[in-house]
Amino acid sequence: MTRTRKPGISRRSTLALMGAGAATLAAPWVARAQAKTIKIGMPTILSGRVAQLGTSSRNAVMLEVEKVNAAGGLAGRQIEMVIRDSKGQPQEAARIARELVNTDGCEMLLDGEASSGSFAVHEVARDLGVLCIHTCSEASSLTADPKQHIPNAFRCVRQGIHDSIVGAGYAAGIAKAKGLKKWATCSPDYAYGRDTTGEFVLYLKKFAPDVEIISESWPKLFQPDYTEVVTKILQAKPQAMYSCLWGGDLTSYIDQANIYALFTQMEVFAVNMADYTALTVVKNLPKGIHSGDRYIKTFPATPENAAWGDAYKAKYNEYPTNWSWQNATAVMFLNEAVKKANSTDGKKVAEVLTGLTIKCPFGADGTVTMRADDRTLVGYAIGWGTTIPQEPYVPDVKAGDWKTIFELEAEWKKSKGYT
Amino acid sequence: MILVDLDALASCLVSPACLVTQTTSGLIIGMLLFLVAVGLTLIFGVLKVVNFSHGAFYMFGAYFAMTAYQLTGSFALAMLSGAVGTAILGLIFERVFMSRVYGRDVLMQLLVCYAFVLIFDDVVRMVWGPEFKSMGMPAAFQVPPLFIAGGVVPPYYLLLIGVALAAAVVLGLGLARSRIGKVIRAAAHNPGMVSALGINTGLIYGGVFALGGMLAGLAGALAAPVRSLTPGMGFSVLIESFIVTVIGGMGSILGALIGALLIGLIRSFGSLGFPLFTEGLMYLFMVIVLVSRPTGLFGKEVA
Repeated sequence: MTRTRKPGISRRSTLALMGAGAATLAAPWVARAQAKTIKIGMPTILSGRVAQLGTSSRNAVMLEVEKVNAAGGLAGRQIEMVIRDSKGQPQEAARIARELVNTDGCEMLLDGEASSGSFAVHEVARDLGVLCIHTCSEASSLTADPKQHIPNAFRCVRQGIHDSIVGAGYAAGIAKAKGLKKWATCSPDYAYGRDTTGEFVLYLKKFAPDVEIISESWPKLFQPDYTEVVTKILQAKPQAMYSCLWGGDLTSYIDQANIYALFTQMEVFAVNMADYTALTVVKNLPKGIHSGDRYIKTFPATPENAAWGDAYKAKYNEYPTNWSWQNATAVMFLNEAVKKANSTDGKKVAEVLTGLTIKCPFGADGTVTMRADDRTLVGYAIGWGTTIPQEPYVPDVKAGDWKTIFELEAEWKKSKGYT
Repeated sequence: MILVDLDALASCLVSPACLVTQTTSGLIIGMLLFLVAVGLTLIFGVLKVVNFSHGAFYMFGAYFAMTAYQLTGSFALAMLSGAVGTAILGLIFERVFMSRVYGRDVLMQLLVCYAFVLIFDDVVRMVWGPEFKSMGMPAAFQVPPLFIAGGVVPPYYLLLIGVALAAAVVLGLGLARSRIGKVIRAAAHNPGMVSALGINTGLIYGGVFALGGMLAGLAGALAAPVRSLTPGMGFSVLIESFIVTVIGGMGSILGALIGALLIGLIRSFGSLGFPLFTEGLMYLFMVIVLVSRPTGLFGKEVA
């Protein structure tokens, strides 16, 4: 009888593996920092209902990374993006983020996760100390809450509280002019929907004290049918309605409310309407829906913004989303910060990023700033307008005033116990 | 925050306008649900399998209808291709895959169905793309809603209820009166005997599956102008269809109709009285039915 070696891992190779493993564990991720290319990891959502979040984020990142690489890279190092699908699950996002740094050797992270996943990735960044820029999460507390402050994490995203202040200011102006006192709300039943609606109503009542909320609806996220919600709102006979439904939920709602002629019976304020994802999908877009600017290539009305929107469309055959401009801006920030620091070292780049102002097509005045005290994006173009059924969809966007935003944001932070 | 608003519910119940609006709103939710649930219950009744991939037929119906509408601009053709397309798909799916797991372990059947839920979703993603789509309302129905006794009723929803009701009547009569109906009922009862009498049971099974798929596809096609189309859109409809079949009784067509209408009405009136507990009401109702009549309202007693 002959002895044959069993297939599988031999003792010797096991030992070798263990040795390699120990070496990897002992050597921190910075040990590989001097490779010629620089890897940037990005967990994001590439499948499921909100796959568009990830795909349009990835598209924008690649568009900008190509420009940076063509111009010589980050401090002479070509960028290599490593982008993975978290399927929108926070624990998966955290696992991927950790793996990107520890196994793939990524030296920086772009966190393209929605709110729930971004908090998980934030904890990984806290643990590993790796430079991390959040690019999709609008939840205000991610940077407003001082418990979340770490020197290596930034947020390059519009923020819920900013939107609520600007939206409520705009809506209050119309409410006063047209005498809209009775309001209804209809928003998805989860953290984003409840927080954003609550903040909007808070500021609306502050700016227009006559306003009264007579009906609230909280449909489930991704609910296929809104008929019962539409008819309920019709029964309540409000003069105006606010909604922060988004994406496919918003377009379903519009299609279903349309055949009940809801839009002729009240003024509708839908903060997420003016995003090309929704604007181009709805076939019978009612005229005169009030919306915040998500991404519109005509606001800010500058040649730089229009050129960027067109370049994106030319490359990907669709218009960019709100997520696109945020991700593009994150790459622009990285590029500028590395130039200024003259280094790709995460710590040095983070120091430069804090408080950095850069030229940017999406800035209210042509620039955006990474505010120093909470490492979040400010100064981006933000405004509201009304829709028309064809391009440019929102012809006249009224810009919000950043001075007012800062004042009220500071008050809000105080009321939350954040400062 | 309003938890329970019984005043709103009470004032609606005494107002004809509100009653008309909310009842039609409940009817359209119920009738679409019925079309999906009846296929599910029919397939279970005859083939004795729980078709967990049934939601996919609803999804394909909607996508087929949208594509046909974009190509031809004809609403009738859109509905037809939604229904016929899914019937063919159902037939192929049954003959090639499902027929292999009849009489097998329930877990095996479930796994095959679940695999196809994922596969079908990915097929839709590959063919039509991951982003949501909208078919758009045909021009003929882009008209102001009707006002009946002060209540608001969109004309499209009248058509939708009519088509679904017609499907229910044809299906019910066909099964009860026609020769094919008799054979189907016999096959459900004793497939061995039917087969011994020289009737091709494979054909019957394929036919029933195609019929179930067709009804779900029709529901998807009818819903396409008012609901957004995404890969995975069949899932939530499937869950509600299961609630309907559990309430109505597995295998009962009348049960599916009554169950679906009850769910529709619970949703439309529940959203007035219990705005934060509308979903919960559905499940609560299901629990009450299950406790008092474990076989469902119209289910046959298990021997």
